[in-house]
Amino acid sequence: MSYSLHLYGRLILIALRSRMQYPASFVMQLAGTALLTGTEFVAVWALFARFGTLAGWRLEEVCLFYGMSNLGYALAECLGEGFDKFAQQVRKGDFDRLLLRPCSTSMQVAGSGMDPMRLGRLVQGGAVLAYAAVSLGGAWDWLEIGLIIGCILSGACVFVGLLVLQATLCFWTIESLEIANVLTHGGNEAAQFPFDIYGPGLRRFFTFVVPLACVNILPGAVLLERGPTLGIPAWASWGAPLMGPLFFLISLRVWEFGVRRYRSTGT
Amino acid sequence: MPQIVVENLCKSYRVAVRKPGMWGAIRGVASREHRVVQALDSVSFEIDEGELVGYIGPNGAGKSTTVKALAGILVPDSGTCIVRGRTPWRERRAHVAEIGVVFGQRTQLWWDLPVRESFELLGEMYRVPKDRLRRTLTELVDVLQIASVLDQPVRQLSLGQRMRCDLAASLLHTPPILFLDEPTIGLDAISKPAIREFVRRQNREEGVTVILTTHDLDDIESLCSRVMLIASGKMLSDGPVSALREAVGGERRLTLDLEDTHTEVTHAAARLVSRDGARVVLAFRPAEVSTAELIRSITDKHAIKDLTVEEAPIEEIVAGIYREIEGA
Amino acid sequence: MRPYLAVFEARTRMLLQYRAAALAGIATQIYWGVVLAAIFTAFFARSAAVQPMSLSQTITYIWLGQAMLALIPWNVESETRDVIRTGSVAYELLRPVDLYGLWYARVAAARFAPLVLRAVPLFPFALLFFGMAPPVSGASASAWLAATLGSLLLGCAITNLVHVSMLFTVDPNGVLRLTIPVVMIFSGSLIPLPLMPEWIQGLVAFLPFGGLIDSPFRLYMGHIPASDAWIVLLHQAVWTCVLVCIGRSALKRGVHTLVIHGG
Repeated sequence: MSYSLHLYGRLILIALRSRMQYPASFVMQLAGTALLTGTEFVAVWALFARFGTLAGWRLEEVCLFYGMSNLGYALAECLGEGFDKFAQQVRKGDFDRLLLRPCSTSMQVAGSGMDPMRLGRLVQGGAVLAYAAVSLGGAWDWLEIGLIIGCILSGACVFVGLLVLQATLCFWTIESLEIANVLTHGGNEAAQFPFDIYGPGLRRFFTFVVPLACVNILPGAVLLERGPTLGIPAWASWGAPLMGPLFFLISLRVWEFGVRRYRSTGT
Repeated sequence: MPQIVVENLCKSYRVAVRKPGMWGAIRGVASREHRVVQALDSVSFEIDEGELVGYIGPNGAGKSTTVKALAGILVPDSGTCIVRGRTPWRERRAHVAEIGVVFGQRTQLWWDLPVRESFELLGEMYRVPKDRLRRTLTELVDVLQIASVLDQPVRQLSLGQRMRCDLAASLLHTPPILFLDEPTIGLDAISKPAIREFVRRQNREEGVTVILTTHDLDDIESLCSRVMLIASGKMLSDGPVSALREAVGGERRLTLDLEDTHTEVTHAAARLVSRDGARVVLAFRPAEVSTAELIRSITDKHAIKDLTVEEAPIEEIVAGIYREIEGA
Repeated sequence: MRPYLAVFEARTRMLLQYRAAALAGIATQIYWGVVLAAIFTAFFARSAAVQPMSLSQTITYIWLGQAMLALIPWNVESETRDVIRTGSVAYELLRPVDLYGLWYARVAAARFAPLVLRAVPLFPFALLFFGMAPPVSGASASAWLAATLGSLLLGCAITNLVHVSMLFTVDPNGVLRLTIPVVMIFSGSLIPLPLMPEWIQGLVAFLPFGGLIDSPFRLYMGHIPASDAWIVLLHQAVWTCVLVCIGRSALKRGVHTLVIHGG
């Protein structure tokens, strides 16, 4: 395990170094990411300016969900870059090369890329969460702050898990990756707003299948003293963030299944 | 006890069939037909420790499928394969630690990294102890003459330099078995013999078992004691290079220099290969007409300045076999 | 014209092969439509004030946006990108065709095929199950179709500008990351333009991006009367001409530097 982590660290450093080879483009991309994710929030702000409230939720409350989700997503995008770009590796036939080495494939894929540009989103999520904290969080104790950090990390687990699943899909087809983008980018988009505004199908999907609600609105509603949300009692909401790591472990199992399938079709 | 035992290895792929034209493309959106391609059809062979085996066949014959199965990265449909007591695809990680693989078309080094760092990283992946890695590397760098490129990123290397580095990379963990897939493809006339010499020495001096797939028959003639020919997933011949000649009836060449540049030279049992001024090359099979008889019947009709008889070059033999396969 | 049509046809045919991509795209669009519709419904739910667009119009706008997503020039065309990145753009200069026209034809195909593949199946879904309204009248429908064609031409001119910029930067991602937010905000794909704050409406109406999806959609639902369609088409045409001219002259300079550097 520590050996894997050590190797992963080496691989990541290499990926970062080759990433930095075009500095002009790098700076533009970093600025662009901050701008792009910033505009997403501008849209939310503009809508609140026009409508005042989102079905009873105030702007600063929505900011809590928005900030937590985006921070988790930013971390996942940064660390999960290798899985996100996996289709290119498969297309070029580079995956065979990874199989020829006596190391775990998921570690090698994770180590094949890291995208510091994604941290532009981290800035935006952090700023929005800070705004929420200042306007809501005067009374938060350490336990509650711990819960927020736990939610962010756990959210990152869910999003990395989704990227692993998206990469796994490449073993079947490299054409339809957009569908996985629904779950990552679309999941973040959905989780930025309180899940109770969606229909029952989406609500259940994001609670029990892709547990984004478990790392976001459920604990978030506890913090906002909203009482039971989405029909889940408050005590369960405290434990809900554990679903994140669990989801990640399951996605790694699915990955292994995909690798087996790749090796039996050789496509 | 052979090092590699392959028995009745079978593998088939499903390939989507595309219909031509704009209308076909639109219909393809709704429904798609598939065709099954038998990439390996009951392939069996054994390879002993220290052998240097050539593996040839036309494109799509099943060469790379076989190599992928032997390397443990592809699971076949049926059949068995034991390499050093292991089934490669069942124990992938243990297996790949004991083999080296070089794909000529594709590098295993990191594109943006200096060669030396790629080597160090691979050493860590294969868990080669540091001092042993240093020793192996010193040797390989010396023999392959790559000391001058060690600090250059891989993308700046010429193809020949890159191939030598790839060879070194595949041997860092001193594997007892080496798979080479088209190791001389696209190389210049100086690099090719250097690579061949290196492979020969690894085989003779270090006892590394080498399996070499190639289109370059010079590789085969200069390196391999044994050659396996596969086509359409079936093993067509397996034996010494001379056996391959016999497989096509041991065709021979009769080269004639005529006195006169205009006469036609024909014989019922011989095939005209080329005609260049007064020089005529005929191909014949000794089984159909003896050399003496052919020469006699030609000298009866024509005035000859000079003649030679020789075995057909291996390229042409193999080209002939490929033509037959594609014609069938 | 013939070589450009041939490029267009070949590319379209290639893209039609990607069936799974089309299906996945439709599923993706349905998801986004459902989520966005839920968000806007929730915003409208407690608002008493009269908005410049009704909830049902907003929902139609959202679904049109999903069906016609391919109109938005948010990416570069992959073949042209690779040609520039690998430096084989030199070979394209050897062909007896106009480089700008060639790239334009390619990107038009890359936009057209997905547009048809997505819009055609998504329309019945959205009309039947998700509360999208049909065009208010025959006149509005034809105005919308005409404006959609205008949007396609405009979008390709924008993308070609990004292509040309690659001659100077090689990697398109930097430029794309700066253009995408602008296109997203001012085309109406983030928020329907009529729902943007009042103080920015003047700028929104001036910029070319409203012609990409906002004005065609509003023609469809009669938010802009069909009799005003000529204003929309003129706006699109003027901007397309301006962008094509800028693109052409920048391309000329780009090729010039390319020649100087010896490819």
